[in-house]
Amino acid sequence: MNWGLVFRAALAVVLLAFLVSPDSFAPLLQPLVKYGAPPIYHQGNLLEITLNHLWITFAATLAATIFAVGLAILVTRPFGAEFLPLSRSIANVGQTIPPVAVLALAIPLLGFGTEPILVALFLYGLLPIFENALAGLANVPRDVEEAARGMGLTPWQRLVQIELPLALPVMLTGIRIAAVISLSTATIGSTVAAKTLGEVIIAGLTTNNTAFVLQGGLIVGACAVLINDGLLALERVLAQRTGRAQRA
Amino acid sequence: MIEINGLSKVFDGSTVVDTVSLTVASGDICAVVGTSGSGKTTLLRMINRLVEPSAGSVLIDGRNTRDFAGYELRRQIGYAIQGNGLFPHRTVGQNIATVPKLLKWDRERISARVDELLTLFQLDPAQYRHRLPRELSGGEQQRVGVARALAAGPNILLMDEPFGALDPIIRGKAQTDLLAIQRRLGTTIVLVTHDMNEAIALGSRIAVMDKGHLLQYATPAEIITHPANEFVATLIGSGERPFRLLSLDIVLNHIEPGDAQGESVDAHASLRDAYAECLWSGREALPVTDKGVHIGRVTLQRLSQLAARPQ
Ligand SMILES: Nc1ncnc2c1ncn2[C@@H]1O[C@H](COP(=O)(O)OP(=O)(O)O)[C@@H](O)[C@H]1O
Ligand SMILES: [Mg+2]
Repeated sequence: MNWGLVFRAALAVVLLAFLVSPDSFAPLLQPLVKYGAPPIYHQGNLLEITLNHLWITFAATLAATIFAVGLAILVTRPFGAEFLPLSRSIANVGQTIPPVAVLALAIPLLGFGTEPILVALFLYGLLPIFENALAGLANVPRDVEEAARGMGLTPWQRLVQIELPLALPVMLTGIRIAAVISLSTATIGSTVAAKTLGEVIIAGLTTNNTAFVLQGGLIVGACAVLINDGLLALERVLAQRTGRAQRA
Repeated sequence: MIEINGLSKVFDGSTVVDTVSLTVASGDICAVVGTSGSGKTTLLRMINRLVEPSAGSVLIDGRNTRDFAGYELRRQIGYAIQGNGLFPHRTVGQNIATVPKLLKWDRERISARVDELLTLFQLDPAQYRHRLPRELSGGEQQRVGVARALAAGPNILLMDEPFGALDPIIRGKAQTDLLAIQRRLGTTIVLVTHDMNEAIALGSRIAVMDKGHLLQYATPAEIITHPANEFVATLIGSGERPFRLLSLDIVLNHIEPGDAQGESVDAHASLRDAYAECLWSGREALPVTDKGVHIGRVTLQRLSQLAARPQ
């Protein structure tokens, strides 16, 4: 019996049940509230908020993946090698500026709403994805590359048929890290009126309602665990398929 | 046929291959031998233009290799390297199918070709076609690497230390198998090695390289008996010369009528093996059999004459 798998399946079921019917969990959270405050957040639909939170995370991570992987491919081609140091600094800057500062800077340009947090998460995700994509592409064995060239694959065919499939597991590690960071960082988006689970947590903090803080935090945590483990499992399968990792 | 004319390569101001000219006739095996860093690999890679020559030309069956795009040229020439370079994420079948796929063969033809090659290299298709390279032994990987290089039926096969990663016992077998397959297909081979034994065992002609220069290009017998200079002689090893000479011929060509005592030797064994057997068992002559039938004998005296420098 695989207890890890059982735990994750149970977690997914509980999460889904809570999002679909939060009120049935009210008795559990009741002891945390005082003076008849509500134990379940009702200023918005929890399922909708969660889906929107996930959507923002997904969109930002996808955009960061396309940009960072594209950049990594570019700088590992002969004609793009000279841009490697520059792109490294760009990715590093993206990581160094705190997302809160990005939010503050983005508001005058983009206004309140979803856009500032998308920009902040996009920038934050660049570095892990870029560095892992670089490592993956650089680690393609020399004799494999040499054989591919020697058999008459064009540069494009080598990239698509050899380099990317072999780099994929390592790339996926970077994407997973970025996705999980984005998922938790997205909570601060509610400070600029993006609809994320941060609004549940903040509502709890401002009204001193521990039940709100807890349910907001736990939903984010559960999503993070499930996404992390799902991508990790995919990485393992791919790594085994490409014959680069021993059995995990 | 491969004609190499005045081929040179300069890397960062240092001449790594210096005006090398040689011709490899169709169906020949040219073994390029030399110490590490002598420019063997660079010479080989200029034939399929993985390295672009600084000067000189290469003609293949009369056509200048510059008349093709590099990748087109390379699809017509087999290429096998040390460590085999198999694609780790592709099955044995997919690896072998690489060049036929690039050439857009249809599926049935590719699949039939893969099975044909696996059988030729003594790998049961049903058992091996769907395996990943990491599920093969070193010797099997090496065979798949050569099978892949031969997949589209090239006239020419380039090999860079193809047996370098194998242990000595498997290496010997791999060499014999390669010779058998080469005889069957008539492929012209240029094979790079740093091992003089391998060059003598495989080469119909041997090219000796040193510091980018071609020192001698001749048959193994010529190289052994008349090394062009001190360096070539050292590479052969003076103490080894009589034995190397004997290793070039087989017993069948030197049998005499009559019989001898003791265990017999096969007609296709090398003279060197027969000589060693004479010395080891203290016999003056060995009975010779061909496919189990007694056909004569070979004498120590005759072998000793053959081991001497030709007059
Ligand atoms: N791409 C390259 N750039 C610069 N120098 C090279 C390159 N390839 C080979 N060389 C140099 O050329 C010399 C000959 O190398 P090589 O042809 O690989 O020799 P061999 O195969 O005989 O060992 C070596 O000194 C090596 O360092
Ligand atoms: Mg070499």
